[in-house]
Amino acid sequence: MSDPHSNDPAGGPAKGRPAPRKSGARAAPREKVAPPTTGHSWDGIEEFDNPMPRWWLWTLYATIIWGIIYTILYPAWPLPGGATPGILHETARKEVAADIQKFQEMNAPIEAKLVATPVTEIAANPELANFAQNAGHAVFQTWCAQCHGAGAAGAKGFPNLLDNDWLWGGSLDDILTTVTHGIRNTTDPEARFSQMPAFGEILTKEQIGQVMNYVMSLTGAAQDPAQVDAGKQLFADNCASCHGEDGKGDRAQGAPNLTDSIWLYGGDPATLTETITNARFGVMPAWQGRLTDAQIRSVAYYVHSLGGGE
Amino acid sequence: MWEYLLLAILAAIAVFAAIAANYAHDLAYMVNALTVMLAAAMTFVWALRQVGAPKPNLANEYEDGVIRAGVIATCFWGIVGFLVGVVIALQLAFPSLNFEWAQGYLNFGRLRPVHTSGVIFAFCGNALIMSAFYVVQRTCGARLWGGKLGWFVFWGYQLFIVLAASGYVLGATQSKEYAEPEWLTDWWLTVVWLAFLAVFVGTLVKRREPHIYVANWFFLAFIVTIAMLHVVNNLSIPVSLLGSKSVQVFSGVQDAMVQWWYGHNAVGFLLTAGFLGMMYYFVPKQAERPVYSYKLSIIHFWALIFLYIWAGPHHLHYTALPDWAATLGMVMSIILWMPSWGGMINGLMTLSGAWDKLRTDPIIRMMVVSIGFYGMSTFEGPMMSIKAVNSLSHYTDWTIGHVHSGALGWNGMITFGALYYLTPRLWGRERLYSLSLVSWHFWLATIGIVLYAASMWVSGIMQGLMWREVDSQGFLVNAFADAVAAAHPMFVVRALGGIMFLAGGLIMVYNLWATVAKQPAHAALAAPIPAE
Repeated sequence: MSDPHSNDPAGGPAKGRPAPRKSGARAAPREKVAPPTTGHSWDGIEEFDNPMPRWWLWTLYATIIWGIIYTILYPAWPLPGGATPGILHETARKEVAADIQKFQEMNAPIEAKLVATPVTEIAANPELANFAQNAGHAVFQTWCAQCHGAGAAGAKGFPNLLDNDWLWGGSLDDILTTVTHGIRNTTDPEARFSQMPAFGEILTKEQIGQVMNYVMSLTGAAQDPAQVDAGKQLFADNCASCHGEDGKGDRAQGAPNLTDSIWLYGGDPATLTETITNARFGVMPAWQGRLTDAQIRSVAYYVHSLGGGE
Repeated sequence: MWEYLLLAILAAIAVFAAIAANYAHDLAYMVNALTVMLAAAMTFVWALRQVGAPKPNLANEYEDGVIRAGVIATCFWGIVGFLVGVVIALQLAFPSLNFEWAQGYLNFGRLRPVHTSGVIFAFCGNALIMSAFYVVQRTCGARLWGGKLGWFVFWGYQLFIVLAASGYVLGATQSKEYAEPEWLTDWWLTVVWLAFLAVFVGTLVKRREPHIYVANWFFLAFIVTIAMLHVVNNLSIPVSLLGSKSVQVFSGVQDAMVQWWYGHNAVGFLLTAGFLGMMYYFVPKQAERPVYSYKLSIIHFWALIFLYIWAGPHHLHYTALPDWAATLGMVMSIILWMPSWGGMINGLMTLSGAWDKLRTDPIIRMMVVSIGFYGMSTFEGPMMSIKAVNSLSHYTDWTIGHVHSGALGWNGMITFGALYYLTPRLWGRERLYSLSLVSWHFWLATIGIVLYAASMWVSGIMQGLMWREVDSQGFLVNAFADAVAAAHPMFVVRALGGIMFLAGGLIMVYNLWATVAKQPAHAALAAPIPAE
């Protein structure tokens, strides 16, 4: 601290006299002679009367001139009848539209071909297959990854699309239908629909425990043998109509296979009990109308190609 | 008479706040009402003890008590703000730190405004109020106007901070960036801010110097403009007088435009103009050199004030905002480059002739780095406002890096310099406790800022490039999650930079505490006002 007494203003540099300049200290050439100050002093602070640096001033002028030119070229000044459009008549909307149009025109012929070709025959045409794979990937990353994951491995309640286990079918046509109309949504009358009853309103807690134990026994998971037998009968009476007598499910109803150890919500006793008690109602939006036909076909082709396609 | 009126008002506030808390529609409002009740009750007790006490005539002494309190508050909120920043940086890098048990209170979304408001309004705001009060008294040769009003501003502002922060954690928010506090807190801040304006202008009016020093122009511009911005951007209608929720008067793109007119000028007037006021006092004092150019200070002041207010639309490029507004925002931002740099030139050139002090005085070093970061971020800002650059940088971490090179580098460092300058003087100590601790603080903070800014540049530009990457057929190449995963190492480096900056802050607080506690006082605390 070089100035411990500055509560007393007299402790600062003396008034009317610039602080002494050390000889040998580097200084700009025009400062070789200490410039005059403005003559004021506030709490010991004075101000030199230096001119503004020329480069600073000229850069300021240059940006102003540039600004004027720019506002003449582009939409800028609001007037009563609307803003000045600028002599280039450029708008951000136009730029984006031109960008989109460029790709649309470029891809139009192949997209037309894609829509005209049955999905099952896309793979036979290398050009179409390559395009559908590429476009499907992009569509998937933009619209599907939020639920099914960027790698399509799914999450709790959102099916894994990489494996062989399909709720509503894994053929190209099945996947195309699912993507087009979605599942259990209210916007598309052709959406796939089914509804599991909430057995909490039908069975007692004890019975639900028995069914749960039986369902776990289907995959050989740890279970209470005494309850399994009782659960078997309950399963046959209440569950088999959709999930099948053997528990292997029914794709026509989107009823999951319960014997393959692949669980959409979880296969532990607590989650299974919750599922049986309250049921599940997974919804997927319909993509018809939001994506083009070519995009829907591409993404169906892409999902089919991920490993589980039938 | 006045004393009893004050007591009656305080008692009424406490009672009404208790009633409001009882009938509150939501938890945030209830906690805010209880806080107000507690504050009014404590003030009531204080006022009661003051009744009939003799009033010493202090007209010939500077009011330094409120500034000492401001120094302590600045340190306290600084540490809180930096700490919450480190926590949310770690939450971004390691999402599991958004603990299940703390959902809805201490998850990233709730803590982020605590960090931003904590640094901008609590830390920087206190630093500005404190230094404005100090500088205006010293450069006017006059005691702070308004008697106890300065203390009202101080405690009123702390109450505002507590109301805002507790509201954020409990879910009261307008969802407007840097203007999150709900209507009740906004109304209170308006009262406090007008009192701040009154104290400042009152002191200017009774000044004993013929001219108003440049630092005070900047402080005045900052106080007046923030009052205007705050009132207009927070025009909203409460849903109920007993609940925290309110509905904005503006809607759609008009609301967005008003918000960023506010948001950008909060940066322009609070974090730039106000801090230039600090710079114009503390740099020449610490360097013991006259200000470089009076002409430059006039021109860059008026140019800055005129241009900043136009620049808001550059936050809304490529949105529903009309093209003409975006153009004007961008053009004015670029013309703003030189006026911003005027402050940097005046600061740095003031040091010319005192460069040798860089070797010996770590406080000067802090001020130089601060001005350097100011120059860098006021170049970066206009550059990022260019539409073509903005289309890459917008919504990415580059923006976060830009804000932090300004906030940590410019605002943080100049505040640290001011705190180191003020503490020995305000408490009448010979010198700081340890200059080598100042050096440690300097290096930790500087390296921390560099790590922070550099990692955010890398991740920001990477995000921008990944989001826009299309293949030859026009399809997007990356999913959003790919860009998130790619940024993870940069998030870790950012958190490390923040930890270093926080560590430097803790060292400063210890050093300032030791300056007062471990050294004897050498002079009377109350400094007399010099007779001109």
